[in-house]
Amino acid sequence: MSEIARTRREWLLSERPASRLQARLGRAYVTWRRFSSNRLAMVGLGIIVALLVVAALADVLAPQSATIGDLKNARLLPPSSAHIFGTDDLGRDILSRIIYGSRLTLYVVALVAIIAAPVGLLVGTVAGYAGGWIDAILMRITDIFLAFPKLILALAFVAALGPGIENAVLAIAITSWPPYARIARAETLTVRNSDYIKAVQLMGASPFHIVLRHIMPLCISSLIVRVTLDMAGIILTAAGLGFVGLGAQPPLPEWGAMIASGRRFILDQWWVAAAPGGAILIVSLGFNLLGDGLRDALDPRSGGQ
Amino acid sequence: MAGPVCLNAVETRQSGRTSGRRATGLALAVARFLVIAITTYLGLLAVTFFIGRVIPIDPALAVLGDRALPSVVERTRREMGLDLPLIQQFYLYIKNALSGDFGNSVLTTNPVMTDLRRAFPATIELATLGTLIGSVIGVPLGVLAAVRRGSLTDQFVRVIGLLGYSIPIFWLGLLALVLFYAKLQWVAYPGRIDIVYEYSFTPVTGFYLLDSAMQGQWDVFRDVARHIILPASLLGYFSLAYISRMTRSFMLNELTQEYIVAARAKGLSETRIIWGHALRNAAVPLVTVIALSYAGLLEGSVLTETVFSWPGIGLYITNSLQNADMNAVLGGTILIGSVFIGINLLSDLLYRVLDPRTKAA
Amino acid sequence: MMMQRLAAHSRSLLAGAALSAVLLAGPAFAVTPADTLVEGFAIDDIITMDPGEAFELSTAEVTGNTYDLLVRLDLDDTSKVKGDLAESWTVSDDGLTYTFKLKTGMKFASGNPITAEDVAYSFERAVKLDKSPAFILSQFGLNGDNVAEKAKATDETTFVFTVDKPYAPSFVLNCLSATVASVVDKKLVLEHVKPMTPSADYKYDNDFGNEWLKTGYAGSGPYKLREWRANEVVVMERNENYHGDKAKLARVIYRHMKESSGQRLALEAGDIDVARNLEPNDYDAVSKNTELATTSAPKGTVYYISLNQKNPNLAKPEVRQALKYLVDYDALGSTILKGIGEIHQTFLPKGVLGELDENPFKLDVAKAKELLEKAGLKDGFSVTMDVRNNQPVTGMAESFQQTAGQAGVKVEIIPGDGKQTLTKYRARNHDIYIGQWGQDYFDPNSNAQTFASNPDNSDAGKVATLAWRNAWDIPELSKETEAALVEKDSAKRAALYQELQKKVLDTSPFIIIHQQLEVAGLRGNVKGLKLGPSFDTNFVWGITKE
Repeated sequence: MSEIARTRREWLLSERPASRLQARLGRAYVTWRRFSSNRLAMVGLGIIVALLVVAALADVLAPQSATIGDLKNARLLPPSSAHIFGTDDLGRDILSRIIYGSRLTLYVVALVAIIAAPVGLLVGTVAGYAGGWIDAILMRITDIFLAFPKLILALAFVAALGPGIENAVLAIAITSWPPYARIARAETLTVRNSDYIKAVQLMGASPFHIVLRHIMPLCISSLIVRVTLDMAGIILTAAGLGFVGLGAQPPLPEWGAMIASGRRFILDQWWVAAAPGGAILIVSLGFNLLGDGLRDALDPRSGGQ
Repeated sequence: MAGPVCLNAVETRQSGRTSGRRATGLALAVARFLVIAITTYLGLLAVTFFIGRVIPIDPALAVLGDRALPSVVERTRREMGLDLPLIQQFYLYIKNALSGDFGNSVLTTNPVMTDLRRAFPATIELATLGTLIGSVIGVPLGVLAAVRRGSLTDQFVRVIGLLGYSIPIFWLGLLALVLFYAKLQWVAYPGRIDIVYEYSFTPVTGFYLLDSAMQGQWDVFRDVARHIILPASLLGYFSLAYISRMTRSFMLNELTQEYIVAARAKGLSETRIIWGHALRNAAVPLVTVIALSYAGLLEGSVLTETVFSWPGIGLYITNSLQNADMNAVLGGTILIGSVFIGINLLSDLLYRVLDPRTKAA
Repeated sequence: MMMQRLAAHSRSLLAGAALSAVLLAGPAFAVTPADTLVEGFAIDDIITMDPGEAFELSTAEVTGNTYDLLVRLDLDDTSKVKGDLAESWTVSDDGLTYTFKLKTGMKFASGNPITAEDVAYSFERAVKLDKSPAFILSQFGLNGDNVAEKAKATDETTFVFTVDKPYAPSFVLNCLSATVASVVDKKLVLEHVKPMTPSADYKYDNDFGNEWLKTGYAGSGPYKLREWRANEVVVMERNENYHGDKAKLARVIYRHMKESSGQRLALEAGDIDVARNLEPNDYDAVSKNTELATTSAPKGTVYYISLNQKNPNLAKPEVRQALKYLVDYDALGSTILKGIGEIHQTFLPKGVLGELDENPFKLDVAKAKELLEKAGLKDGFSVTMDVRNNQPVTGMAESFQQTAGQAGVKVEIIPGDGKQTLTKYRARNHDIYIGQWGQDYFDPNSNAQTFASNPDNSDAGKVATLAWRNAWDIPELSKETEAALVEKDSAKRAALYQELQKKVLDTSPFIIIHQQLEVAGLRGNVKGLKLGPSFDTNFVWGITKE
């Protein structure tokens, strides 16, 4: 460890931070150290980083087209040096499809998180802060969505909206916001009566301002953990939709749909279904490990420790 | 799919408890819960109903099939009341539903209630066995992981659990079928019972394992067991992933309590401390977790039932959905929704009855 | 120390669980009973068992085995029919009156005698119920008001059928061999009728036993229907009262199995005797297995891509031609359709009167590009395609998507479940549709009418033929189709249909790709299974097990 690094470390870990920035960076550094000491979590992080890289560089990495194959000559070929994961029933290279499929997976996961988390956050914080009948109504709506069988609700929505990856995203988002609302509400309830919020109220801040500037930020860290932990679930739900034929449209290389088409050949050409299933497994595992590590790092009291 | 569902459920219960504390007594809590349950049902009905009506499938075609003349389609639409305003259709539906009539399924031509009565035990039997497997293996694993915290065993249990949250169940099911049915021939093919026994065996309760055992038909029992073992083990694995994880965290919590230290000081054997004291105290939240995992398996079994052609409620709803058989979809959804709400209530009550701390609060 | 014991404890727990699983399992001894045939079959299309209402492929097979008809298709020469319940028949000189003489001494499965009265009632209820297949009878000028007069019993064994035009007798008789003309047991049905309130839509005071017959049975075929449970099972049992040779096996069970691979597995394991929905790769594997056998038969079903003429690009004649050159027929035939389909580009399937064996189109991207350029679409165009979520249609669609892309035609596939896609197709809201069409009855008119006739192309058009669904306005061809219908000379009639097919082949918005081959895989001990030319002629009564 060099001299500079040591001083930087001391600066970060300083007991008396000189500025707000220093305090924040210090906290982040501690969290990071806790996180990075968790080997499994680092594996998860590695998987997700790899996923991002693969998705970004798909055009470079993929040896062949993901959508155009050679039906006549290259159908259902077993894994070989030309096709590491073999080819599918339309003569397409499975490795290339998996590489391009990573984009779809990321797309689904990111969009669902971007739609569902803010909706849940908004509903939960408003309900928690306002209380009374607003709370009652919002929570009833949340309950209704929670009482649904999740996958069936998603199936129904996709059936109503028409198949396609955007609609699958929407359907999953519609079914995933209620838990976020619950978490946000619970967090809001614990801070609502705190002295800190009381002080802000005394200063005459509007409820809107309080929720937006003071309550929401407090809920975010637990929400991030929860969203990360949910990502695996989102991937699995999306794959489930693809599996029953309601996810992405062909010829998009969506992993769940790839398993569905490989299902027909599972007895003789096992590789058609094996590879995309493995991809889903690895990526979900990555998100789970990452989420687990994040939770332990951000909140050492709870969960695994 | 079971994993995330279960997690949601914990949230439901926990915040339910937070708000429940404000209520003054058990009766009030139950009353409040009933109000919630009723409004939830109505919402459930409304959402499913309207989704069903905006689906771009003409329900009349589900009745008529491919080739009907336009005039026949028109007439059937009128017969089915599809020409009425939506609100009026909804009102009629609610009215009938409240008197226990969910209408007839167009796919099976049976009253939806009859179909559900057949399908539901299949799902319950599967989920029950799955939960049983999950608890019997998951609890000891969780305890072990907590006791040997940080050890290789702990890591192992953790990875097993995380894998359970990460594997697509339909994929694992397919692979398992190939291995255990196609290659090894250890288990029977998809379905509930061999066609051979279909007519020598009259189910009474609809739980085939129970029925065949009670009637002493051991060959049927064996056959049924061979059918159920694989899907149940799969569901059991997902339930195990969740239960072992929660057990571990509850146990860790208990093991740091003072009474454990006191027990150790008294010189009690470690086995007794762990299994007799710590686990007994952890049992209270554990029962809730198992109940919720059970509910999760019930509603999460859609894909498992698809892969294993299990004639349960998940398969029934999916089939009906794909054919715009809305009466069936509504009936099935309401049933699962009710069970879910019911289990929530039950686990909440259990918590109150079993846990002295909640009583005091 | 404690820890080790704990670990040991949990290890034994795990071992116990594994052990009990193995004990339960053991090796499989799957054998189906000797007097029962178990078929794995996708029967999820069945929605009713009433022959007056059913119009689905799986139901056709069950109805064909459980009900009798006046006349049946002659399997030795499928351009003819032969008597079933009818001993003989005559056609009047003006071509309007058909008189059928019934065999004597026949009984329904219930024990009731079969009389001409039952035949008349069967026609009456089919026409009055007016369900999906009713048009096969009512196209002869029958309606609820006149059916009692036009289809009536003049005595115990004489049934007289009067048609409104001097149709080709082959056409009339072929239609009477359709399942909607199955003869039901009047006395038995009358015991189960449900009273109805007459309304503007339904003028009669009872339901002619429709509700009961949805799952019930009132026939006289070699097998009787014991039970149908939707998406699970159909059970048929030998009818001891059958008037002809009794069925060989006591029981035939159709077990619902959707997946080809599942059927193959069950067949290999001996859990089923016959697998009915094998896809090429599984069919191939079964044919290589020495314990198993296969059989196949061409069916009257063609698979086609159709182009909605409401889409201005697709309406251009050059585009229609170009797309016909953008299907890789050869590759499809040797892969996705191998063993289950024969490349066939004309609308009449093989085996039907007037068939035409001409396949002029093949994949030719250069030619297609040329044609597109002529149409002013040098850079191609984008278009959507509605595809049902099943095989082989999805695979065909994806292959077409790839080959069309080579000529710059960007096809966006919209997958949907059958009902969803169909709803859209019937409302003429599609661009391109891919699907199959099976003959409604075994006569050239069935397909000629749907592919080459569109009397009213307005959105309110009453006859939803495929030509109408694709908004193909063809007054000339419609007339020619009608003319072929009243041509009494079979040879001339056949020539008319061949002429019609050439025109459709050349100009139509239909890209017909192949004719279905129905396949079955069977255990080696199953003998006498023969698939028929249509779905209602897949007879099972001659099957034995060794």
